[in-house]
Amino acid sequence: MKTKMSNDLQYKVIVGLEIHVQLCTRSKMFCGCAVEFGAEPNSRVCPVCLGMPGVLPVMNKQALEYAVTVALALNCEVAKFTRWDRKSYYYPDLPKNYQISQYDLPLGAKGFIEIPLEIGQTKKIRIIRAHLEEDAGKNLHTAGNFSQVDLNRTGTALLEIVTEPDMNSGTEARALAVELQRMVRFLGVSEADMQKGHMRFEPNINLIVTKDGSEYKTPIVEVKNLNSFRALERSIDYEAHRQLDEFLETSRTMEMGNKSTRGWDDEKEQTILQREKEEAHDYRYFPEPDLVPVELTEKWLSDIRSRLCELPIKKQIRFVTDFGLSNYDAGVLTAERSTAEFFEQAVKAGGDPKRVCNLLTQEGMRLAKEKGLSIGELRINPKHVADLAKMVDKGDVSASASSSIFLNLSESDKGPWALAGELNLIQKSDAGELEKIVEQVLKENPKAVEDVTSGSKKSKKARGFLLGQVMQKTKGQANPKIVSEILSRKLS
Amino acid sequence: MQELSAKQLHDQIVAGQIKSVEATQAVFARIEKYEPMLGAYISTFKEQALSKARHIDNKIAAGESVGQLAGVPVAIKDNMCTTFGATTCASKILENFHAPYNATVVEKLLAADAVIIGKANLDEFAMGSSTENSGLKKTVNPWDTTRVPGGSSGGSAAAVAGQLCFAALGSDTGGSIRQPASFCGVVGLKPTYGRVSRFGLVAYGSSLDQIGPVTRTVADSALMMNVIAGHDSADSTSVAEAVAPVCDYLEKLDEPIEKLKIAVVPQFNAGAESQVQKSIADAIDVYKKLGADIIEINMPHLDYAIAAYYIIATAEASSNLARYDGVHYGHRTENPKDYIEVYSKSRAEAFGKEVKRRIMLGTYALSSGYYDAYYLKALKVRNLIRGDFINAFERCEAILMPVSPTTAFKIGEKINDPLTMYLSDIYTIAANLAGIPAISIPCGFDDDNLPIGLQILAPAFAEDRLLRIARMYEKETNWHKKTPPILN
Repeated sequence: MKTKMSNDLQYKVIVGLEIHVQLCTRSKMFCGCAVEFGAEPNSRVCPVCLGMPGVLPVMNKQALEYAVTVALALNCEVAKFTRWDRKSYYYPDLPKNYQISQYDLPLGAKGFIEIPLEIGQTKKIRIIRAHLEEDAGKNLHTAGNFSQVDLNRTGTALLEIVTEPDMNSGTEARALAVELQRMVRFLGVSEADMQKGHMRFEPNINLIVTKDGSEYKTPIVEVKNLNSFRALERSIDYEAHRQLDEFLETSRTMEMGNKSTRGWDDEKEQTILQREKEEAHDYRYFPEPDLVPVELTEKWLSDIRSRLCELPIKKQIRFVTDFGLSNYDAGVLTAERSTAEFFEQAVKAGGDPKRVCNLLTQEGMRLAKEKGLSIGELRINPKHVADLAKMVDKGDVSASASSSIFLNLSESDKGPWALAGELNLIQKSDAGELEKIVEQVLKENPKAVEDVTSGSKKSKKARGFLLGQVMQKTKGQANPKIVSEILSRKLS
Repeated sequence: MQELSAKQLHDQIVAGQIKSVEATQAVFARIEKYEPMLGAYISTFKEQALSKARHIDNKIAAGESVGQLAGVPVAIKDNMCTTFGATTCASKILENFHAPYNATVVEKLLAADAVIIGKANLDEFAMGSSTENSGLKKTVNPWDTTRVPGGSSGGSAAAVAGQLCFAALGSDTGGSIRQPASFCGVVGLKPTYGRVSRFGLVAYGSSLDQIGPVTRTVADSALMMNVIAGHDSADSTSVAEAVAPVCDYLEKLDEPIEKLKIAVVPQFNAGAESQVQKSIADAIDVYKKLGADIIEINMPHLDYAIAAYYIIATAEASSNLARYDGVHYGHRTENPKDYIEVYSKSRAEAFGKEVKRRIMLGTYALSSGYYDAYYLKALKVRNLIRGDFINAFERCEAILMPVSPTTAFKIGEKINDPLTMYLSDIYTIAANLAGIPAISIPCGFDDDNLPIGLQILAPAFAEDRLLRIARMYEKETNWHKKTPPILN
């Protein structure tokens, strides 16, 4: 994917990603404190996460299980034996001044993720590693010549995922981020709520420029701490242009150690230089002596493997190929696991996939959004949706009636037939009965009949009027398709 | 009364012959008299102790059941967290630090109805072999006040030897219980790594640190172990009961071990002063007379123990002590220019020289480019030393050696020569590197009437046998009954 500027100048963007995903464990990684967003500052802390003298960490096994789940979903080799390491650096939001992380034995390594490109197409992005660590707190720089530290987040379980530089645009990086979000939500291991900082991105970006037949690599730039898909995509696009301009101006190429760090200004939509040369950061990693190494038994791993669900991208592709849904609709249905599963149950219960899809993506989504729930949480029986779909297909109810029936499904335990009956929404499809009504309408409206049969300019309008009259007489319960057929026959 | 052992005192308190209040009062009377001379304590809790003692007396009077240390006044080293008083680690950086929680061992002492009377002095953050590195206080040896009590648990050992408590807890990273016990003529046990919870022990070298008792007798050591040993879910490195069950260390204490096989390491002992060597040789004879089979073994890698230890311990320390930064608690510099200065000045102002030296050493050892040559190599040496012990214990049940190459040295004698000071840990370090239990028991006096210690090492989790072997010797000798002349 090269961008051609002219015959003798083209470039290719190279992007690798570092992603931090906060796992949705109830308690922190190494202590019993609750993980809670938005609590009173420093109210979800204890001596352990405050790094008080004498405290010791105890591993949260749930976090390990979640991390293994993701590593398996990312097709990683999962380490049978791993351990914790200390990563040393001084910063006020890190009370111990070291972070418990994993260094040379990451939980997962050498995996890949498939990301969706254009319709139906996917691309494999290789994963270098996935490891567990504890999050830091937050420094708050308010007014005055001091800063404050909130340590509620300190010690929260964090999964760090590092990809190979296999992406070639902001769009691709965004696609990976979105896919990963969907994946971890499917797996139930993270809420992946961007607003709450559950996913944070750090892209590494540079260009391969081909100029006058020679290839040049521009210096790598790492953009720190991006917390929206938009910022991720835009910062990469911005960097690509900035690096090209810089290269054309300075001819500077990548050398050892000239990696720089930049921040993203969301308002100006620009990256801003933070550190020119990557300071030789020496984290002095060494094995954490306060924790015992972690040995994963084959049984435990296979238990987790057996509980792995079908990944969203696989489901999406299958919905397109098996059910003939559009890629877009399949994407909407697989945005959340409960929606996808609901859809599948309704189809299994006999609903036509496209009809069920329409009911869910229209009425279902609207209702879910109104209530702030997912479709799966609406307490609707998938069988009822399947029945409703069948009723629409058979003409027992109109498409418009089906939406009010759907709304009522979430309010009651009754099935669509009972509801349609109660609401008088069952269409009259009895041709004999409808024929009588049509005849009566034709008798009452000779002018309109004439307009139609004469084939005048008013013909179409008059026909619509007659149809409307029939619907009025039947209080909207006539099947318009059958009425239309009768009208055509009588007026021909 | 002050000459009773902790166990004897406890038995008499439970029998109603002595009141805990009387014992506690007697201890505080001695503290008033001798503490100005010895300097064993950083803090004492007279009111709290007396009130606890009264509470125990009332319980006993009411016929309620009481714990194994009921009514016994004990001291703890001031690197174990307590919700009462400060937890200073003898450092200016934590001088006013009040912990929000109790260390597991403190909870266990309290649950056993012990009366905690004070927190004992130590080398700052337990780094040292003489207690001269304390940033807060000077402790002297009760046998000769011009000499050091040993370290780093010098306060605990001096308090026990000076009868300023009936038993104490120390911590041992490279000999910090055994060497001061030896210098002060008392019993010091470093349990197997993982036998006693480290939760609440302010870390120095996390993979080496272990809490243990400092007592007047072997039986008291066993009694203290009955209270403090066991798994703790708050300490991942403490060993599960299923792997190594805790037993009643007192139950069979007086039963000698039949067909005991003891090893000595001649090549290794030759470095000790001649009077120390002689006392060890005499101790070996005692065991021979008791029917033990003495064998000579070779432990090829022990010569590298000190080098490996000072890399591993300082590397861990450099990381463990990073948290003392003036940001969240402890000493903070005044008027810092920026947050970097909060770190650099707070630390520069409040850490002592030896602590700084070890942080520098450890930081260097872990630095990129040096890690393999130092830290990784030290870990390999550690494994080889472990292997030496595993091989040795296939042929014997215990190994005898000195605790220290010398008896207590003069205050100031080695403080400006850190290398010589480090070398005085030569006999004690290996047990920490291997994680095995080792005990120091009194085995004689030199010409200056300074105590000499005998060290016995046993396989991991064999504390019960180790204590029985020590008790066999103690029964045959009277060294442990001697008290420092200046106190009489």
